[in-house]
Amino acid sequence: MTPTRTRKRLTVVAGLATAAALALAACSGGGAPAAQQAAAGSGGGAGDNSGYTVAMITHETPGDTFWDKIKAGANQAAKNNGITLKYSNDPDPAKQATLIQNAVDSKVDGIATTLATPDALAGAVKSADDAGIPVVAFNSGIDQYAQVGASMYFGSDENLAGETAGKRIAEAGGKKVLCVIQAAGSVALEARCAGVKKGVAATENIQVNGADDPSVVSALQAKLAQDKSIDYIVTLGAPIALDALKAMDAASSSAKLVTFDLNVDAAQAIKDKKIEFSIDQQPYVQGYLAVQALYLNKKNGNDIGGGKPVLTGPSFVDASNIDTILPFAKNNTR
Amino acid sequence: MSQTVTTPPTAPTEASNRVTLGWSNRLLARPEVGALVAAVVIFIFFLAVAPAFRSPASFFTVLYQSSTIGIVAVAVGMLMIGGEFDLSAGVIVTTAGLVNAMFCYQLGINLIVGAALSLVFSLAIGFLNGYLVVRTGIPSFLITLGTFFVLQGANLGVTKLVTGSVSTPNINQMDGYKALDAIFASSFKIGSVTVEATVLWWFLFVALSAWILQRTRIGNWIYAVGGNADSARAVGVPVRGVKIGLFMTVSFLGWFIGMHTLYKFDTLQAGNGIGNEFLYIIAAVVGGTLLTGGFGNAIGVAIGAFIFGMTSLCIVYAGWDPNWFRAFLGVMLLLAVMVNLYVKKLSTARKVG
Repeated sequence: MTPTRTRKRLTVVAGLATAAALALAACSGGGAPAAQQAAAGSGGGAGDNSGYTVAMITHETPGDTFWDKIKAGANQAAKNNGITLKYSNDPDPAKQATLIQNAVDSKVDGIATTLATPDALAGAVKSADDAGIPVVAFNSGIDQYAQVGASMYFGSDENLAGETAGKRIAEAGGKKVLCVIQAAGSVALEARCAGVKKGVAATENIQVNGADDPSVVSALQAKLAQDKSIDYIVTLGAPIALDALKAMDAASSSAKLVTFDLNVDAAQAIKDKKIEFSIDQQPYVQGYLAVQALYLNKKNGNDIGGGKPVLTGPSFVDASNIDTILPFAKNNTR
Repeated sequence: MSQTVTTPPTAPTEASNRVTLGWSNRLLARPEVGALVAAVVIFIFFLAVAPAFRSPASFFTVLYQSSTIGIVAVAVGMLMIGGEFDLSAGVIVTTAGLVNAMFCYQLGINLIVGAALSLVFSLAIGFLNGYLVVRTGIPSFLITLGTFFVLQGANLGVTKLVTGSVSTPNINQMDGYKALDAIFASSFKIGSVTVEATVLWWFLFVALSAWILQRTRIGNWIYAVGGNADSARAVGVPVRGVKIGLFMTVSFLGWFIGMHTLYKFDTLQAGNGIGNEFLYIIAAVVGGTLLTGGFGNAIGVAIGAFIFGMTSLCIVYAGWDPNWFRAFLGVMLLLAVMVNLYVKKLSTARKVG
């Protein structure tokens, strides 16, 4: 009896939802899929209910979609293992160190942190070690994580990623590469461009203001006009790649575009063959593994990576595999 | 002291002196002349050192870059002449775009409705800024600093809440996109040169602002309010209304560039626009607007934006080391301001002598 009634009610609800969707679709197509809201709420069944509290601390500058994926991964891992995740961030190294110290003081069960500025964070990480709190590093700090005192590392090797991209460009016949740096003074971004330069010696860097799309477009347009020999552009973030497409269009440039990282629009552009390929470091995996590793370590004393960094990239996304990856990009998991 | 002041204080030049001035001095006393000289000097300099700059296409790229700064700077300049600051002008651009994109995408509503709603919302923020300033008497620097932080946080927070990400979804498949794209973000070709619509809009807004400031009663009010608000009030200028109106003008043109950014790029990153408020102020100041209010004009502000656009792109055209970009920019802007000051001093000195 009851099952039938529920089913009936469900049908009614579904019918209403469809009607609502149709009504909305009548106003304008191309908007949010009607099912989106419903799907967002449902999560996978919680596995363990460990009751651990994990602090995740990053150098995120608010407003970059890249970090959404790291957080999405971390949240999923926390959900699967019944962990309370406390996320905090500050791009300023001193403030990030304070945030780590805060986590130590509040006696969390584990700390996952990025090490974009290892020297500035070493003191805080040490005090976590002294307090017996396991620390894992992710996203940045591949060369220094061990000496700073983090036990594991999950992330990409930026230099290697750049180098692989550079080699691939050289193999495709690239002669002159423009590497677009969207934030001044970032070690990770500089390392990517330096890596590209190892593959193609004639690589030139340009600084743009990533927080202002129109100025990125006009700066790239200017550069393409100034140097006609540029045949490859490498952008270091997905939104910048889309700006570069506008600039190439306006400058009638025939250069080819390569980008680091992914978002929905960039994935679509790869599918449309406007972007040659993307070097993905899989931020979702970084966030997920960092939290998962802390859980395993706390629960079973597991150690992942055998004392070596666990690489989440570089993973190439191009026309050959984009069809598989595009749905994941839309899902914010790739 | 009551009825005679129908002729407003146009500029802080002394009326008795003005009669005896020759045309050259009168020219030099204009706020935009210093900026114009600086612009010409920098222009010739870059023509000499940057071969890639010597083409009409490059010139129009510079104009586009200038226009995206210049449109909001027009309003910020007027506001500064009126004696106030608006530090929220950079983020309001992003707020306007976000409101439009998210409202329409999530509810599946025609984009034109969203653009109108976003306009109303932006004007309301401008009104709030202005109202708080005139009502509390707290310096606008502080009030708008507050709005700046509030909007910056709300941009990120609300976007994350609504879309689950910190950028808006792509809206180029929605109804109304074509019309709005044509208004705010279209471009057309003259020969090999791409002309962006914002350049034309910029010229229009500058002309409109110049006309209002120089030829209308409201313009006189703005100078009077910025020169000395108390005396202006004493002679019957609606000081509060003028100031609130100026704040709303800023948010209107901020909305305009917000629309441009949204329809040109189809998605918006919620953290964008921060820092641009200073570019607007810089453009106004380089263009001869006094930081203390009461002096400046629209053409000057436009030239200021042009100097900024030209310098920032010509460093690229010249192929200079990108790591030094900001340093070059700083030196160029300092030079522009100094040339500006020198020319102005020259004019004052002659007047006295």
